[in-house]
Amino acid sequence: MAKDGPTPLERFLRGIIPENPVFRQVLGTCPTLAITGTVRQAITMSAAVMFVLICANLITSMIRNLLKPHLRILVFTLTIAAFVTIADKFLAAFVPDMSEKLGPYIPLIVVNCIIICRCEVCASKQGLAASAADAVGQGLGNTLALVAMATVRELLGSGSWFDIPLFWKEGTAGEQFRWSIMNQPPGAFITFGLLLGAVVWIDQLHQKRAAAAKR
Amino acid sequence: MKNSSLGQAWLVLLLSLAFGAALAGVQVGWGPIIEQNKRNKTYDQIPRLVHDVEAVDLTGKPAKLSGVKEATEEVPYDDGKSVAFKVFWQGKDPAGKVHLGWVIKGKGNGYADVIEVLIGLDRKAERITGMTVLFNNETPGLGNKITTEKFQGQFRGLDAAKPVGCEKSAPAPGANRIQAISGATISSESVCNIVNQAVAGFRAQLPALNKKDH
Repeated sequence: MAKDGPTPLERFLRGIIPENPVFRQVLGTCPTLAITGTVRQAITMSAAVMFVLICANLITSMIRNLLKPHLRILVFTLTIAAFVTIADKFLAAFVPDMSEKLGPYIPLIVVNCIIICRCEVCASKQGLAASAADAVGQGLGNTLALVAMATVRELLGSGSWFDIPLFWKEGTAGEQFRWSIMNQPPGAFITFGLLLGAVVWIDQLHQKRAAAAKR
Repeated sequence: MKNSSLGQAWLVLLLSLAFGAALAGVQVGWGPIIEQNKRNKTYDQIPRLVHDVEAVDLTGKPAKLSGVKEATEEVPYDDGKSVAFKVFWQGKDPAGKVHLGWVIKGKGNGYADVIEVLIGLDRKAERITGMTVLFNNETPGLGNKITTEKFQGQFRGLDAAKPVGCEKSAPAPGANRIQAISGATISSESVCNIVNQAVAGFRAQLPALNKKDH
C-alpha cells in the first residue's frame, strides 16, 4: 500500500513546533496580534480555533473523494463558516463577557488562513485519523503561540497572568513599572517580532548542531 | 448530468442544507440564552445611563441608585415596535418610587455593521443623560473607540430637543455637538445619527405615553 502522506503522529507533532502555524508558517497573524492582550482571551480564541480546525478537517476528510477541484475552496469556506458560527453562538450564550471582548475576531476565524490551509494541505488528501491529528497538532501549536504572546504582553503590560496580579495591584505604587505599550498594538508587534526571531534562532541553532553531528 | 450545474454543485447544495439545518438548531437552542444575556446587559447599563440625574432620597440627600434595575418598567411605544425603559429609583420606602428618566434603544448602520446604542434621557426627554454602545462590529482600534467613555461621555448633558452634531475638531462649549473619533468619522457620525433618530422618535411619542400614565 502506497504511503499517502505523513502518519497521524507525524502530523500531530509537526503542528506543535516544526510547522507551528504562527511562528513557522506565519498564518493567522491578525488575531495573534489583536487578541493576545491577556492570556484569558488568548485561550478562548485558541479553543475556538481548535474546535473549528478539528470539525472542518474531519468534514473535509470525510468528503475528500467527492470534492471537485474547482469547488473545493467554496466547500472549505462553507464548512468553516458553519462551525465558526456555532463557536460564536456558543461563546455569546455561555461566555458573554469574553464574546464581547473578542468582538469581531471570533467571526473572523472564517478567514483565518490556518484552517483553510489545513483543509487544503491535509484534510482534502488524507484520512480521518491523520486529519484529526493534524487539526489537534496545529491547534495546540496555535494555542502555544498565542499563550506565549499573551504571557509576555500581560506580564509586562498589566503585571498579571491569567488576570491574577503578580507584580503589582491596580492603584498601588508598583503600577509605575507598567509597560503600557504592551497593552497596545505596538506591543503586539514588538512581542511577535521578538518571539518569531527567537523561534527562528533556536531552529537555526538546532540545524547547525545537527549538521555538525553529521560531520 | 455529470457536467450540468446540478451535477457540479450537488455537494455544495447538500452541505448548505445540512449546515443551514444545524445552525437553525443552534439558534433555536441558544438563541433565547443569547437574548437573555443581551437583556441582562441592557439592564446592567440602565443605572449608569441615568446616573447624573438628580436623585434625592426622602431626606433630600443625594441618593444611591440602588434598586433601579428592579424598579424599571418596560413601556412599549410606536405601536409596539419599540420599547422604552421607564427608569425608577426604588427607595427604602415603597411609596418613594421616583421616576428618574427614560432609557431608549437606537439601532442603525455603522461603518462595518449595525450599531446598537442605549440612550438615557431625563423625565421630560429634554436632556440626554448618557449614551452607551450595546453592540458594534466597527474596525478594531479605530471605529470601535465609540465604546470608550471619552467618546460616549460627550453625549451626557446635550439637548435632546435638537439634533446632536458631529465634527472633527473640538466643539465650542455649549454647542450641541460632539467631537468625532480621529480616523473614524463615519462610525462617529453613525452614532450621532442613530441617537438623533431614536431620540426624535421617542420624543414624538412621549405625550401619548404620559397621557396613558394619567
